[in-house]
Amino acid sequence: MSAKVEYVLRFGDNSLILGQRLAEWLGHAPVLEEDIASANISLDLIGQARLWLTLAGRIEGKGRDEDRLAYHREQQDFRNFTLLELPNGDYAYTVVRRFLFDAWHCLALDALSGSHDTDIAAIAAKSRKEAEYHRLHSGDWLVRLGDGTGESHARTQAALELQWRYTAEFFDSDAVDAEMAESGAGFAAASLRDEWLEEVTTVLAEATLKVPAAAKFVSHGKRGRHSEHLSRLLAEMQVLQRTHPGAKW
Amino acid sequence: MSEDEKQGGTGGRRPLVQEWPLWEVFIRSKQGLDHKHCGSLHATDAKQAIQMARDVYTRRNEGVSIWVVPSNAITASDPGEREAFVDPMADKIFRHPTFYELPDEVKHM
Repeated sequence: MSAKVEYVLRFGDNSLILGQRLAEWLGHAPVLEEDIASANISLDLIGQARLWLTLAGRIEGKGRDEDRLAYHREQQDFRNFTLLELPNGDYAYTVVRRFLFDAWHCLALDALSGSHDTDIAAIAAKSRKEAEYHRLHSGDWLVRLGDGTGESHARTQAALELQWRYTAEFFDSDAVDAEMAESGAGFAAASLRDEWLEEVTTVLAEATLKVPAAAKFVSHGKRGRHSEHLSRLLAEMQVLQRTHPGAKW
Repeated sequence: MSEDEKQGGTGGRRPLVQEWPLWEVFIRSKQGLDHKHCGSLHATDAKQAIQMARDVYTRRNEGVSIWVVPSNAITASDPGEREAFVDPMADKIFRHPTFYELPDEVKHM
């Protein structure tokens, strides 16, 4: 598989898997208004995934469309960050996960908007506005929960401690990243770290949350090595198309 | 009021520690038109109410501008006074501009 297909799949799978996790809040969010907001954001992400996966299929040239890629790949073929496939936990956990990713997502889409590949640049530019709202929304909740009651603060800090180690993957570079950065179609993964850390640190301070210590651990979801949670997510997401291949409504 | 509610019970509803305040939402569908009331929602403060209104009421591209107003800031007319308040207006046809021919070009009337 070419570096470009791999690279585009990473963006598509990030949006798809986080979109699926958010959709799990439908009917379960703490208040009606958040239920609808979660569904909106989930649909934004799934819309982005459709564009990325369609592009990946086209570059690959083997006749795989967005549905084929979303519903008929195995766990090891997915290229999302491990962070995004972890179970939702409580609402603080979901908000922390989203904020850590949303802050990275905005920077990544900014970088990709200048891609030499016009298809990649166009999808990034379109997704960027949505990502901006997602970051505002998750950042707002992070401050409300972090700087809220004793219980909400404790839960949010705990969620941050659990998920922080997974953010190292955002900035971990491999051959695919290097080749894409070299060609001008992508960006160097590590180049976003300082700006991301500065922005996240500012909001965490406002939320009265402590930045966890850096860990040696690096997850490798974007290289196809996932946690045990992705297979269960895929089982639910793919069951209809696996049972009735090509079903439409 | 039921006996249960008098004693501070919730009549079988899920008890909330503290119910979030209610806000009325007004949306302007496009430039030049008035903001129109479109519904209400619960939010802890004005900033959050605006954000929630964006997600609840403008997700199908309904608006370009949102107002939110605390519901308790609204003073309403009394439905019980309808006879004196509203009914006398029903038969004053001379107050309706229905005798003019409107050219087709005039919109939003």
